[in-house]
Amino acid sequence: MTGSLLFFALAGSILLAAVKVVASRDLVHAVLWLGVVLVVTAGMFLMLGAPFLAGIQLLLYTGGVITLMLFGVMLTRRHREIGVEIDSSRRLPGALGSAALFGAMAAAILRTDLPAWPAAAPLPAIEIGRAFLTDHLVAFEVLSILLLAAMIGAIVLGRQRDFGDEPEPLYRRGGRP
Amino acid sequence: MTLQALLLLTSGLFCIGIYGIVTRRNAIALLLSAELMINAVTINLVTFSRFGNGVTGQVFAVFTIALTVAEVVVGLAIVILLFRWRREIAVDSANELRH
Repeated sequence: MTGSLLFFALAGSILLAAVKVVASRDLVHAVLWLGVVLVVTAGMFLMLGAPFLAGIQLLLYTGGVITLMLFGVMLTRRHREIGVEIDSSRRLPGALGSAALFGAMAAAILRTDLPAWPAAAPLPAIEIGRAFLTDHLVAFEVLSILLLAAMIGAIVLGRQRDFGDEPEPLYRRGGRP
Repeated sequence: MTLQALLLLTSGLFCIGIYGIVTRRNAIALLLSAELMINAVTINLVTFSRFGNGVTGQVFAVFTIALTVAEVVVGLAIVILLFRWRREIAVDSANELRH
């Protein structure tokens, strides 16, 4: 009973914070709400018996991704753009489309006769490590190469580079600040 | 905490992410919405590792997390490059591939 209560509290706060992520006008707020989503998701992982993943989630996402995102937002924003990030003409089609998709998926989930699997015991990290180094070894190595490629790619992209004269934006909304 | 409730939660999260992708025009906001969707997928994988049996679901969850981090790193590098060049990062203004 307490378990399901906790589950609904976590699920509710995930959904609420997710709505705030897509609806916040200030991008810094959106990034912070995304941090809330990710931290509560780590709690959900703990409930689902995945303590290793909860740790990874906290370390990589809230430690790394949120910090990077905040840097990205703060490096690239200009004052006049605060508050105009949502395209209001696309709001209705977006809401309708995603609501329709959710309806379809929810109908499929509710209609499917899901087997009543018993919940498995929490999985210790040693099992995941063993799976990585035996059954999924090739995928693990591919993942390492991917991370290396992403790192090199980010360095190459982020190099200082001379763009010559600063070109005009294709169109401007309002004047320069 | 049933399988059905968890699946409904993740599909809701995924659809919120889709709404964000459709309505936002700031490139970083698009990355945020993509994060939401990937997060939903990760919860799904962990759910099935919990209710099915086996370690594979969690192994793949580790994969999605690592892929997301790589995506964010490269995506933000591209966004910052775009900003340095165009001085704005609205995705509908970056509609040309040439310099």
